[in-house]
Amino acid sequence: MSTKVALEVFRYRPEESEEPTFQTYEVDCPDDWVLLDALNHIKNDIDGTLSYRWSCRMGVCGSCGMNVNGEPVLTCATYCKDFANGTVRIEPLAHFPVIRDLVVDSTDFMDKIESVKPWIIRDEEKPLEEGEYLQSPGELLDYKQYTLCINCMLCYAACPIYARHPVFTGPAALALGQRYNLDSRDQGEDERRSVFAGPEGVWECTFVGDCTRVCPKHVDPAGAIQQGKARHLQWWAKKVLMPWANK
Amino acid sequence: MILRKLMAQHDVLLVGGGGAGLRAAIAIAEADPDLSVAVVSKVYPMRSHTVAAEGGAAGVVKDEDSLDDHCYDTISGGDWLTDQDAVEYFVNEAPRELTQLEHWGCPWSRQDNGKIAVRPFGGMKIERTWYAADKTGFHMLHTLFQTSLKYKAVKRYDEWFVTKLLVDQGRCCGVAALEIETGKVEAITAKAVILCTGGAGRMYSFTTNANIKTGDGMALAYRAGVALKDMEFVQFHPTGLPGTGILITEASRGEGGVLLNKDGYRYLQDYDLGKPMPHPVKRSMELGPRDRLSQAFVAEEKAGRTLTGEFGSYVHLDIRHLGKKRIMEKLPMVRELCVKYVGIDPVTDYIPVRPVIHYCMGGVHTDIDARTSLDGLFAAGECACVSINGANRLGSNSLVEILVFGARAGHNAVAFAKECGEPDHAAIAAQIEDEKNRIDALQNGTGDRIATLRNELQSSMEDGAGIYRDESGLSATAAKVAELKDRYKNVHLDDASKVYNTEVISALELEYLLDCAEALVHSALARTESRGSHQRTDHTERDDDNFLQHSLAYYRPGEPPQTALHPVIVTRWPPGKRVYGQ
Repeated sequence: MSTKVALEVFRYRPEESEEPTFQTYEVDCPDDWVLLDALNHIKNDIDGTLSYRWSCRMGVCGSCGMNVNGEPVLTCATYCKDFANGTVRIEPLAHFPVIRDLVVDSTDFMDKIESVKPWIIRDEEKPLEEGEYLQSPGELLDYKQYTLCINCMLCYAACPIYARHPVFTGPAALALGQRYNLDSRDQGEDERRSVFAGPEGVWECTFVGDCTRVCPKHVDPAGAIQQGKARHLQWWAKKVLMPWANK
Repeated sequence: MILRKLMAQHDVLLVGGGGAGLRAAIAIAEADPDLSVAVVSKVYPMRSHTVAAEGGAAGVVKDEDSLDDHCYDTISGGDWLTDQDAVEYFVNEAPRELTQLEHWGCPWSRQDNGKIAVRPFGGMKIERTWYAADKTGFHMLHTLFQTSLKYKAVKRYDEWFVTKLLVDQGRCCGVAALEIETGKVEAITAKAVILCTGGAGRMYSFTTNANIKTGDGMALAYRAGVALKDMEFVQFHPTGLPGTGILITEASRGEGGVLLNKDGYRYLQDYDLGKPMPHPVKRSMELGPRDRLSQAFVAEEKAGRTLTGEFGSYVHLDIRHLGKKRIMEKLPMVRELCVKYVGIDPVTDYIPVRPVIHYCMGGVHTDIDARTSLDGLFAAGECACVSINGANRLGSNSLVEILVFGARAGHNAVAFAKECGEPDHAAIAAQIEDEKNRIDALQNGTGDRIATLRNELQSSMEDGAGIYRDESGLSATAAKVAELKDRYKNVHLDDASKVYNTEVISALELEYLLDCAEALVHSALARTESRGSHQRTDHTERDDDNFLQHSLAYYRPGEPPQTALHPVIVTRWPPGKRVYGQ
């Protein structure tokens, strides 16, 4: 079984024109095709000039996010048959500068990931000879959900705060920082606080929740950010109202 | 020094930012923070294919386990084509490397007492596979990437595609690389270079491998005169989803999943793999080695006992008896993939599976120190053949291999970089003009499209170099590869632009695949025996007298590779019979 789908694809070729255009490709899509398969068919057999990123085609590498009919999705996890006999508009992920066609500039995202210090910070390292840090299944569960982020950037394309205010650290990066803050092996929350609680951190978020809605891995970055706010308030209350508690 | 402005210079340069590359980068940065390390990767590091590994990573941890047992499982699993000194080093280092990753934050699954949990895996005598649910590679890669961010000495070249190794006076002094965003080709020089580019599964059409797995490092080394070793050994994973080739992890069998033919019968019992028991038995049945399981599938297919669907024949993997809770806890990704890509729920349905190209045991010929025959060039991970996997890799050894040999390559590259002198930068810069011209010339082709050539390569490899091979099939594929290499010279591109031209990248990747395929088929033709994953229907027995030897393939321009044999290192485990199901 297959179905006809018209793909209206965003084209931007800066060497030719500063103005983006849309180009429509009529593709006969078998039922088991995802949108990425249709794009590959175009690239391979119709028009080799179309540019986009992809790699694993199984929803784990995070390369192939695009805005599809205005909604950020992984194109390897979105079926053509859902648009049977209709038109589907494929654009680069919103809120990022476009390099070409469906390829966006990820530099800002990468900087934000790095800004939350996403690594284990400890006052003292235990020698490897002493084995692993013990961590109960319950302690693992405290942060596990926030480890599942594939860095696909869909949440930034959905986030209205990031759209208006690109300095906002943003959902994926804050969820990642929170992942380390909640890890029983980590002692770096104080070091991350300036980013978390600073003017570009969790307090920028107005809890719209679009990040969580579009997340293909159910990471719930909105939840992570609200948790971050609560932890910051707790810390602040202790520091200001009960200064002796931190001694 | 005007040259300093013309090109970037580093102490050690890594090609590839997957598990092996990032582990090497951290090892170098920790060894000496004053060294400059470059990670040159055609994708952002967290997109690397390590991300897709599922089941786990093997390292001895239980009291009742032993290093010797892990060695023996690996050596017998590899049908004695492993270098035993390398295996011993690997097995000894494995627990330490896995613990190191734990210290860096990897979210390993735990026992109730907080210690690391381990699961059974194919061909392993005892539970020793560390896991993070069934997303082990994903968590390892992200842990390594995030940890690498704290080392300021590591300079990343994200989305730079390496087109050539720069060699001067018999020494590798860096790479020529194309910045994908701008199309510019530059020299990036270094005192030592480590290839960590992964495998070449995209030589075949039906593969678990991501689009990026095009044998880049193997072909780069091959073109620079370094031998490719044991390329004929390619692993078919027994449980891929028909059509897409998406991997269903061996951990599903480690947890108790069983394979059923069309009659609902656990057919592996007919293939000298043991008796069916209600619970998983190590080194038996569904926990046999991958080569034997894939071969059993072909026999069932021939006997008409497989099922037939839209994408050819398949069998059933049944994990229903594990129950929803255990599936959600231990195999959440298996469920997610089945629901998303097959439209079935393994909690209540059988999973359709068939063998699928998964892993290259062969690769760039290195010694136990991850060194190649070219001064200054090292290799680690799937792109290398060190060799610990021999004729068949055991599941959960490769995720450890990238750590152990990534780190070792890093340390040895540091030692080399500290001893060697400065490269001759002017001589190296001169090579860049030729490379620019070569890439520009791709725009002149008027012949076939890239996809046409790639499709023909992939289907010819499936036909001639599959689970079972013979001389006539391999010869036909060898002739096809030669023909495709010829047609490639006139390959046609639609896209003439410089900015983010993925068509140019695809063309260069196709050239790499053709080189790897050439080495593979000619090595397979020369090996007139059956061993591990290399099964010749015209030479059905293992022949230790003539072939307890590695294959080497050397590039020769315009003609088939020169093949040669190289001794296998046997230390404490003399060649024996592979016994499973006892």
